[in-house]
Amino acid sequence: MAYAATDPVSSDARVARRRGLSRAWARVRPRGHVVVMVLYLLFLMLPIYWLVNMSLKPNSEILSTFSLWPQNLTFRNYVNIFTDASWYMGYVNSIIYVTLNTVISIAVALPAAYAFSRYTFLGDKHLFFWLLTNRMAPPAVFALPFFQLYSSIGLFDTHIAVALAHTLFNVPLAVWILEGFMRGVPREIDETAYIDGYSFPKFFVKIFMPLIASGIGVTAFFCFMFSWVELLLSRTLTSTAAKPIASVMTRTVSASGLDWGQLAAAGVLTILPGALVIYFVRNYIARGFALGRV
Amino acid sequence: MMEKPVYHKAWLLVLPMLALVCFSAIVPLMTVVNYSVQDTFGQNNFFWAGLAWFTETLASERVHGALGRQALFTGLILAIEVPLGIFVALNMPKKGFWSTFCLVAMSLPLLIPWNVVGTIWQIFGRVDIGLLGWTLDHLGVDYNYTRDTLDAWITLVLMDVWHWTSLVALLAFAGLKSIPDAYYQAAKIDQASRWKVFRYIELPKMRGVLTIAILLRFMDSFKIYTEPFVVTGGGPGNATTFLSIDLVKMALGQFNLGSAAAYSIVYFLIILSVSWVFYTVMINMDKKGT
Repeated sequence: MAYAATDPVSSDARVARRRGLSRAWARVRPRGHVVVMVLYLLFLMLPIYWLVNMSLKPNSEILSTFSLWPQNLTFRNYVNIFTDASWYMGYVNSIIYVTLNTVISIAVALPAAYAFSRYTFLGDKHLFFWLLTNRMAPPAVFALPFFQLYSSIGLFDTHIAVALAHTLFNVPLAVWILEGFMRGVPREIDETAYIDGYSFPKFFVKIFMPLIASGIGVTAFFCFMFSWVELLLSRTLTSTAAKPIASVMTRTVSASGLDWGQLAAAGVLTILPGALVIYFVRNYIARGFALGRV
Repeated sequence: MMEKPVYHKAWLLVLPMLALVCFSAIVPLMTVVNYSVQDTFGQNNFFWAGLAWFTETLASERVHGALGRQALFTGLILAIEVPLGIFVALNMPKKGFWSTFCLVAMSLPLLIPWNVVGTIWQIFGRVDIGLLGWTLDHLGVDYNYTRDTLDAWITLVLMDVWHWTSLVALLAFAGLKSIPDAYYQAAKIDQASRWKVFRYIELPKMRGVLTIAILLRFMDSFKIYTEPFVVTGGGPGNATTFLSIDLVKMALGQFNLGSAAAYSIVYFLIILSVSWVFYTVMINMDKKGT
């Protein structure tokens, strides 16, 4: 009978100890979704890290030794870009046409989005879908006609040509995102303002635009981004005066052989603008990518 | 929401946008249509060719090959990115610092210029200087994306998964966040299994955003040009020559206007018709939702 008396006690103790252990284990054991996220983010960051790694190495080290971090840390590749006009003018050109494009896209999209969000008019639904088809159009289809169109009106190799070409996909994007934001503003506000004697332009600029300021900011971000990441059209429409950084990069690959460090540094610098402002639009990023439909 | 009032003068507000889009979309598109029905002997001497270019394009083995590769590529990346994106979204932290951190970190690949995405993977996959290629090589795997067709495909698919899975995940996450806590509490009281919660609560709530995600991934992957162009240049041989790469080769490289124009129109129509189906589904769901 001895063990009958001791057993419950000892098994209790054992259970208690095991519970204590498992509780301790539970505290340190990584949970399933943490593991998944860490693995996924690692997968995303490794290639980017590798690019940064390469950009901080001299070319001789890249080709001779394989190392996970730079052995001879150097900023030469970046210095080269900031001192050589053929490099940094690429960034300047890109920023000029991207800014122009953003301004043009938002300026024409604002009234159009307002019309779509507030009124029913003849053919509005077809027009809205037809806008989206421009977002679907493969730039490859438009490359040649754009080249001919802008050459014939003497705009080839200018910033405005690229800016106008990129409105092909950015205007639909801007209209869709802005319409999404405007739908969230109750129409009573418009009516109250009209009763108070505001004219349409005054109401639009003084009252309505501040209300959807975040929407305009997000739209600007996405116009900027999609114009910034595009290569095919901007490369086709420029030769020297307005050559974007993306095409400076592709040409250097073939011309100067394999200056990997330089190429990597140029790549890192193109990632920066997005990385810098992404924090401000973090809550709207899904909405922006979904053309305002979330 | 109230019905929107009918107001045809709203067209005036749309007009500036319409004028711009006419210039940047319709004029070029008409140029393409124009070329597609004409032939030339050079010196701008065009004459009517009817549908000759179209019959040629539709029968061309080159176009069939590119279309086949394109369909395979789009199918593959959709089959990987959509489930993986949903899976990642389900594992994302719902609020707090880490949620923001994940959102920002995951968005990063989406904002990288497409040619830089190509450059990143071009370097990353190289056997001599890239982490991926070097590691595989030292594990004894015979890997070379510039010479081997299968390796080139794996690299491109992996690159696209790296580039765009976050988009699906972000959209799915936005859908998940719109589910009220009460739904989960009810499921807990009913002792619903994890699978049933997913199947009957989460998936239906994500259906709308997932349609958008699939639509976007379909049309963008069908237009893909820059990334494969930088990484493989369409090679080895023609193994990764997708529709856009092939079309640019024909239009700007060989200046074969008629064929390229007919090719463009067929290409555009394919994207348009598939997207139209998605769009109709999307609009119908919107109506049901409200």
